[in-house]
Amino acid sequence: MSKPMLAIENLHATVDGKPILNGLDLAVNEGEVHAVMGPNGSGKSTLAYVIAGREGYEVTEGSITYRGEDLLAMSVEERACSGVFLAFQYPVEIPGVGSATFLKTAVNAARKHRGEQEYDAMEFLKLVREKRAALGIDDGMMRRALNVGFSGGEKKRNEMLQMALLEPTLAILDETDSGLDIDALKVVADGINALRGPERAMVVITHYQRLLDHVVPDKVHVLAGGRIVRSGGSELALELESRGYAGLGLEPSAAA
Amino acid sequence: MPAPRTIPFDYPVPSASPAPALPGDGLPWLDALRGEGRRLSAGGLPGTRTEAWKYTSLAPLTELEFSHPAATLTEAIPAELGPGAFDALEGPSLVFVNGRLSARHAQLDGLPAGLRVRGLAQGLADDPAGIEALIGGTEALNGDLMAAFNAAFGADGCIVETEPEAAGKEPVLLRFVAAPGSEPLAYHPRVIVRLGAGSSLTLIECHEGPAGAPTWSNPFVDIRVGEGATLSHVKLQVEGDGAYHTALTKAALAGEARYESHLLALGARLARHEIHVRLAGEGADCQLRGGYMARGSQHIDNTTVIDHAVPHCESREVYKGVLDDTARGVFQGKIIVRQDAQKTDGHQLNRTLLLSPKAEIDTKPELEIYADDVKCSHGATAGEPEADQLFYLRSRGLDLRTARKLIVQGFMGELLEEVGHEPTRAVLAERVAAWIDGGRS
Repeated sequence: MSKPMLAIENLHATVDGKPILNGLDLAVNEGEVHAVMGPNGSGKSTLAYVIAGREGYEVTEGSITYRGEDLLAMSVEERACSGVFLAFQYPVEIPGVGSATFLKTAVNAARKHRGEQEYDAMEFLKLVREKRAALGIDDGMMRRALNVGFSGGEKKRNEMLQMALLEPTLAILDETDSGLDIDALKVVADGINALRGPERAMVVITHYQRLLDHVVPDKVHVLAGGRIVRSGGSELALELESRGYAGLGLEPSAAA
Repeated sequence: MPAPRTIPFDYPVPSASPAPALPGDGLPWLDALRGEGRRLSAGGLPGTRTEAWKYTSLAPLTELEFSHPAATLTEAIPAELGPGAFDALEGPSLVFVNGRLSARHAQLDGLPAGLRVRGLAQGLADDPAGIEALIGGTEALNGDLMAAFNAAFGADGCIVETEPEAAGKEPVLLRFVAAPGSEPLAYHPRVIVRLGAGSSLTLIECHEGPAGAPTWSNPFVDIRVGEGATLSHVKLQVEGDGAYHTALTKAALAGEARYESHLLALGARLARHEIHVRLAGEGADCQLRGGYMARGSQHIDNTTVIDHAVPHCESREVYKGVLDDTARGVFQGKIIVRQDAQKTDGHQLNRTLLLSPKAEIDTKPELEIYADDVKCSHGATAGEPEADQLFYLRSRGLDLRTARKLIVQGFMGELLEEVGHEPTRAVLAERVAAWIDGGRS
């Protein structure tokens, strides 16, 4: 029997005083991949940000338990160092900060947190080279400032590289598939599949079904009006694809 | 009666004995120049009612009792300063202690062909006519008060010249060190730079001083870049926290000449770096990059005037800074485009990261455009490090302090990327990193 990784109960959250999540429940076990789908404005990104701990996303009720611990009591960086990873829908540009420098700082922060020896420059270079090759990221990108002037596809690949290096136990992917062409989508899917394992869990947030052709989820949830309104197996994604959110009576206005 | 535009300043403090001699005293042209300098400076320091000094008050300087600069001769570099920031660099170097060239610290062996570096005081003795031709008459003062103090009381400095087509491989380093005794210390070095047509040079100016001592350095750097020549001018200002630094740099560019200024200002209690560039020949290119980082109650002023006198010139200005605590920054950027200066392409940008709610930046762009076919723009931003950026980095496991540090380092690092000489860039990057480490989270 697999152990629970993430347990969200009756989660209410507001942004600028406006309620966005209204009693959301979600339970994800080790080794599982869950897809959360929903129309625009249903609260998908808010869910991702609340899990990662973004300022301004206020939890007014409910709880999030991560591997038996109160996730909401942890700072953003504690969550990250404990294995929670958010792949951003819009990765942030950090001018002047080299991608390679950043990656090394991030990976070593997590290692330090786990009481492991930090990588030196050579060890790290070797590690990055391996991971990079699998994601089709060239060395030139590593030399540029973090996400600055990256194309949409490059930014998403870079998120996958970070995920591959940080090896999270719980990965939340916030519309990582949006704006990608088929090739980039395949790279992202491969990156996700490569990390699937019995001790990890993933929550793939997406608007469309197409990523789920490559990453077959164990469970699919439909988010509308800030709550999970339907859950099912991977066939639910196909049903949504053919009938649309409106076809299921799940337009945000209907659910509000 | 409106308040006076200058503030009274007894400099140097009146003394019973006659003013000691300065190098070159007795040369008629120099006596005339110093006389004019004394006449102008007797009127006092520029006050905040003077538009160009609106945000920077020199009033605290008037509370210090400076003796005459001729009385501060020494060649000893204060031990607490340790090795100079650029000591590891190859290349010729001169060290000035209290504004005077220190012969025993000079390193001028193996100067490449076509490069000439000499001390000003020595030059006045060896080649007074040559120096007169370089310095010019009293009209060169042009009513500028800080230049007047420099002219009246300047004891030494240096001249750096390149012959046409000469290319100096290593940078020329000028290190200015304050070695104060028990009294407030002032000095006024003059640097003359003349680049022959088609030549190129990297010049590094470094200003250092010990902590706590009341000092005033008032350097005047006079630059002419010949046709098609390129000067990369790097300046690091890391004077002590009791220091006042009022620097004036004037550069005139001939056709197709390029002048790059890379300033990093971290030191002094109050510092003003004023740069005037005159684009006097078609196709000239002026690139000003300035970085300032201040904390405590430091005040750092950058004032620039770029004068597009002829058509088809380009100027780019980027000043970026980081201010913490109650530090205050000033950026004044004036771009003049004369009536004839068609097809001018000028851009100016000032960006400041404010790490504390009490830090302040006053930024004043001033575009005076008299030509009608020009591209000219300016922009300014000021604010805290962006929440988005902090969150992104923290979500990857970096603690708040490290995230801020990386953002600040990146913000300043962008400026340093433009420094062409790699070892010099590395020294500046180290200083930026050290500044950040010296701060609280």
